Amino acid sequence: MRIFPSSGHLLTSAVVAVVAPALLLTACSSTTPPATSGGGPGSAASGASPGQELSGGITVFAAASLKATFTSLADQFQHTHPGTRISFSFAGSSDLVTQITQGAPADVFASADTANMDKLVKASLVDGTPANFASNVLSIAVPPGNPANISSLQDLAKPGVKVVLCAVQVPCGAAAHKVEDATRTKISPVSEESNVTDVLGKVISGEADAGLVYATDVKGTGTKVKGIPFAAADKAVNHYPIATVNTTKNKALADAFDAFVQSDAGQKTLAAAGFGAP
Amino acid sequence: MTSTTSFSAVPRWIYAIGAVAATAMLVPLLAMVLRVDWTRFVPLVTSESSLDALLLSLKTSAASTTCAVVLGVPLAMLLARGHFPGQRLLRSLVLLPLVLPPVVGGIALLYTFGRQGLLGKSLELAGIHIAFSTTAVIMAQTFVGVPFLVVSLEGALRTAGTRYEAIAATLGAAPWTVLRRVTLPLVLPGLASGAVLAFARGLGEFGATLTFAGSLQGVTRTLPLEIYLQRETDPDAAVALSLVLVAVAIIVVSLAYRPLRGTFRSTPSRGLRP
Repeated sequence: MRIFPSSGHLLTSAVVAVVAPALLLTACSSTTPPATSGGGPGSAASGASPGQELSGGITVFAAASLKATFTSLADQFQHTHPGTRISFSFAGSSDLVTQITQGAPADVFASADTANMDKLVKASLVDGTPANFASNVLSIAVPPGNPANISSLQDLAKPGVKVVLCAVQVPCGAAAHKVEDATRTKISPVSEESNVTDVLGKVISGEADAGLVYATDVKGTGTKVKGIPFAAADKAVNHYPIATVNTTKNKALADAFDAFVQSDAGQKTLAAAGFGAP
Repeated sequence: MTSTTSFSAVPRWIYAIGAVAATAMLVPLLAMVLRVDWTRFVPLVTSESSLDALLLSLKTSAASTTCAVVLGVPLAMLLARGHFPGQRLLRSLVLLPLVLPPVVGGIALLYTFGRQGLLGKSLELAGIHIAFSTTAVIMAQTFVGVPFLVVSLEGALRTAGTRYEAIAATLGAAPWTVLRRVTLPLVLPGLASGAVLAFARGLGEFGATLTFAGSLQGVTRTLPLEIYLQRETDPDAAVALSLVLVAVAIIVVSLAYRPLRGTFRSTPSRGLRP
């Protein structure tokens, strides 16, 4: 019936009591800062001054729609500049802006629209002036069999057709709204998603008969959805700006990557993925 | 410490760690409250889309809690009192939504009840469309809420033991009478706290809803989805709505736990086990 531990046990538990929460807290807190970055920049080599051989690493915060293209561009860049390392953090442009303004370690920001880049400019976090490097237009996306026989934008307004759009709060939704206005088409969506991925998900799974996403998104899914281009898409062209974040520790490398994206080689890769000229 | 009993079951150092834990939980909430733009708070929270989302959240959470009780009570009884092969396996499977990321639950529901899903195809032929409807929201919330009810109720059933039930049975009570007059009143606090947890879980449900039900104002866009969307353009609105969600959650939990405390006190003391 011994309830109380011996004094030895008591001492041990006291030590544990004092040390454990401290360890716990440091363990919890130390994981937080790197979570937002896709691998921090190499601090040892960060002092590279312009004119010298490029070295070290940078983290590029880029819109989710750039994932495939930018990953391939980084491979090319690292190949021509051995010893450099480009890491990425891909997410929605507005999420990335929030993260950067809250101090996330970004060296370059590539946005899917000018509005989000403007927010960063307004926060005085951009080095120089952002440069547009690509554009994108909307496309209708339908499941492979095209069960609802969609062939034009007007078909999306037909009753009984289940259309999924982006909400107007996000760029793809704003673009869809513009196109609707320009063509006087009134689409009644069954759902207004927060991002392109969720729209595509509903089209791929066949839940929706059609969705409005970007041309590059359709191309990126391969054969999982079929794209139907439409003429009025040019009423809402989305421009992609890129800029170096002025808190960068490796400006030389960041600027070099910006320039590479805008170079002929960069433009060729972007065009292959379905992006339009800037 | 105010108790008149001569011992304390809580060692002092527990208070220290408890305080650290409470701080760790409360500081982020405080940080959010400090971020609220009070001059815009009322218009932000009473905008049409916000009210639609709040109302939809309350309605669907109430409906899904009812579903969770209807489905969860028999399940918990089977798990606590029944004897059948595969009982342990069934328990782990039923509790799966507790540990699964909600988006996985949403995908599972989609492939079950979606247009191309396992059951959805037949439902579609029968003229029942679940995807993109408020029903889908309730189903998603029920899916993630049932395990909370089952865990809570099964624990209560096991703690209550079978002694009173056995006595009632020897006195000639039929199983249904035992259940109604003895078992359920005994485990009512457990059932209530399980229902509250299920309601709270429904209120916060996000991943499964987004994946399975979509997001349309007044139909499927619940408060968490509205917050997620508002954050895109108006972080102030997102913070204000988050605060509303926190307030609703606090009200629900505190209302539901107040009567419970009384019930716990009135249950006969079983004495301390060595």
